[in-house]
Amino acid sequence: MIEGAPWRRWVFFYVPVTGFVVALLFPFYWMIITTVRPDKELYRPWNAPNYAPFWTTHPTLEHITDLLTTTLFSTWMLNTMIISLAATAISLFCGLLAGYALSRLKFPFAGAIGTGIFITYLVPQTLLFIPLSDIIRNFKLGDSPWALILTYPTFLIPFCTWLLMGYFKSIPKELEECARIDGAPRWKAMLYIIFPVAIPGILSAGIFAFTLSWNEFIYALVFLSSPEQKTVPVGVTSELVRGDVFFWGELMAGALLGSIPVAFVYSFFVEYYVSGITGSVKG
Amino acid sequence: MARVAMRSLNKKYDEVHAVIDVNLDIHDQEFVVLVGPSGCGKTTTLRMVAGLESITSGHISIDEKIVNELPPMDRDIAMVFQNYALYPHMSVYDNMAFGLKMRKFDKPEIATRVREAAEILGIQQLLHRKPRQLSGGQRQRVALGRAIVRHPQVFLFDEPLSNLDAKLRVQMRVELKKLHERLGTTAIYVTHDQVEAMTLGDRVVVMKDGLVQQVGDPMELYNEPANRFVAGFIGSPAMNFIDVRLTGENGGLWAESEGMRIKVPAPLTERLGPHAGKATTLGVRPEDLRIAGDGDDQDLCFPATVEVVERLGSEILLDVAVGPATMVASVEPTATAKVHEVLRLAVNPARVHFFDNETEAAI
Repeated sequence: MIEGAPWRRWVFFYVPVTGFVVALLFPFYWMIITTVRPDKELYRPWNAPNYAPFWTTHPTLEHITDLLTTTLFSTWMLNTMIISLAATAISLFCGLLAGYALSRLKFPFAGAIGTGIFITYLVPQTLLFIPLSDIIRNFKLGDSPWALILTYPTFLIPFCTWLLMGYFKSIPKELEECARIDGAPRWKAMLYIIFPVAIPGILSAGIFAFTLSWNEFIYALVFLSSPEQKTVPVGVTSELVRGDVFFWGELMAGALLGSIPVAFVYSFFVEYYVSGITGSVKG
Repeated sequence: MARVAMRSLNKKYDEVHAVIDVNLDIHDQEFVVLVGPSGCGKTTTLRMVAGLESITSGHISIDEKIVNELPPMDRDIAMVFQNYALYPHMSVYDNMAFGLKMRKFDKPEIATRVREAAEILGIQQLLHRKPRQLSGGQRQRVALGRAIVRHPQVFLFDEPLSNLDAKLRVQMRVELKKLHERLGTTAIYVTHDQVEAMTLGDRVVVMKDGLVQQVGDPMELYNEPANRFVAGFIGSPAMNFIDVRLTGENGGLWAESEGMRIKVPAPLTERLGPHAGKATTLGVRPEDLRIAGDGDDQDLCFPATVEVVERLGSEILLDVAVGPATMVASVEPTATAKVHEVLRLAVNPARVHFFDNETEAAI
C-alpha cells in the first residue's frame, strides 16, 4: 500500500491504475460500440458536423444478425470449439504425464529432456508452419480440423508440461511417498493423490491451452482453405475483409462473439487460475 | 509384530556416501531411535527400510524376509512424516481410510478400524474435517492414526514432532510412548533431538557422517559413551571437554592442563597407563561437577572463575573459566556463587571420561 499524503496515493496508485484499466478496456469498448453502430454512422467522414465516434444514438443489432445469417460464423464457432477442446484435451493428457515424469521420476537425461521440451516451445510458429505444412500435406490432413488438432499440441504440450512440472514440484513428495507406503502403486498415487491436489494447476494449464488454441491464427490460416472449415479468427478476418473493403460492423461483431467463450472460461475459473499460477499446496 | 535387521547397509549418492556399513538388529516390539545431527544418514536409513530409497549394498530384512526389492506397499510398514503428509483434499476419515481402501478392506471393517484408531488418539470429533482445518497437534494425531489403522508390522517415524511447538512436543512425546506401550508394534524413530531419543527409545542408535557411533539403551549411552561425539551429543547441557596431558607421578596418574591438575581415579589408571605422556581429552558432565567442600579430596579439585550464572530453578548452571578453557557446572539451586568469584570445583571421580585425541574413542 502506498503510504503518506493522499496526493501520493492518487499520483502513484489511482491515476496509473485508471490509466491501465482504460487502456486495456478501450479496445473492448471500441469493439462493442462498432458492433452496435449503424453503417451510416460507421462510414461517416471524420469531419462531418455530426461525427461522434465514441457513442451512438441509434444502436442496432443488424451486424450481429448479418454475421449469423449471411456468413458461416456459427460454423466457425463450432469448428473453433471442437478444435480447441480436442487440442486442449490431447495436450493436457500428454502434459500431465510428461510433467509428472519430469518432476518426479529419476531417469537418465531427465533434465536435458525437460530443457529440450522447453526449447521446442521457443521456436516461433512463424518458422514452424513451413515444415509443418509439408507434413500436413504428406499426411493428407490439409483443410480438415485434424490439421489443427494435431499441430496445436506442438506448442501446447511443451507449455502444459512446463506449467504442470512446476506445479507438481510444489507438491510435497511425502504425500506421494505416504500413499505408496499406504498401499497405492505409483499410478494410483498419481491418480488419487497428486492429480486431485494439482487441480488448480491442471485447470490453469487447460484454460491457457484452450485460449491459445482459440486465438491461434497462423496455422489456421495456412492449413485451412475452404470457408466452412475455418476457425473464428481466420474466418472473420478473411471473409469479412473483401479486397480493400472492411465490413467493420460484422468484423467487430465476430470479434465480440468470438471472445465470449474465452471470457466465460476465465471468469468461471479465475480463482483456481490464480492459485494455479502463483500458489502451491499447504498440507 | 516383527524384527527388522540391517546387514552391511550402504547408500551412495553420486558424491556422498550417506550410509556406511550399518548393522542393526531391531527386536520385536522394540522402540529404536536413530539420532544424530542433520546429514548423518539417519533419515536415509529409515527411507531405505521404507523402500523409498534404493539400497546400494547390503540388505534389510523384516521378519527374516529380505525386502530389498520389495516396493513400499508390500513391506507392511507405516510411516509418519515430519510434515505429516496428510492428503489435503481428503477428510480426516478418508485420510485414515485410504490405506485400507487401497488394500481392499470392506467398508464396515474400514469404519471399525478408523473409529478404533480415532478413539485411541482422541480425534473422533474431527473425522469429517479437512486437514487444513486442524491445528498442528491434531494433524500430528491424524498422521499417527493413518499409521495405526493399518496394524502394520513396523512403524517408521521421521522426525514426527519437530514441527510442533515445544510444549506440544513434550506432550506428544509422552503420548507416543503410551501408544507404543499399548500397541507394542516395532518402531524405528528418527530424530535430531537427543532428549526425544533418550525419552522414547528402548535403544538408541547414534549416527554421524553415515556411520553408527554407538548402539545402546539411553543410560548406557549417557554413562558409557563410546567416543567423544556420543559423549558430546547425549546429555544437556553437553559434556565439558578439556585437553589434558597424562603424567605419572608418585605411582599415580595425573591429568594436567593449564589451570587444572587432577588425579586420575584409581579404576581408570590401568587403562590409561599406555597413554601416559600423551595428550588426551578429559570429559566430565556438568552434573558431575560440584562446588568443593571441606571433605573433598583435594586431588580431585581445581580452581575456576565464575563467568556467568544461569539460574534455572531446579539447578544453577555456572559457566566457569578454567585456565584458558571454559566449562559448565550444574550445581545445587542453593549455591551462592557470584560472577567473577573464584571457586574450587570437585569432580565426581566415578564419572570422569577420557578420550583418545586421535581416534576420539573412549579410553
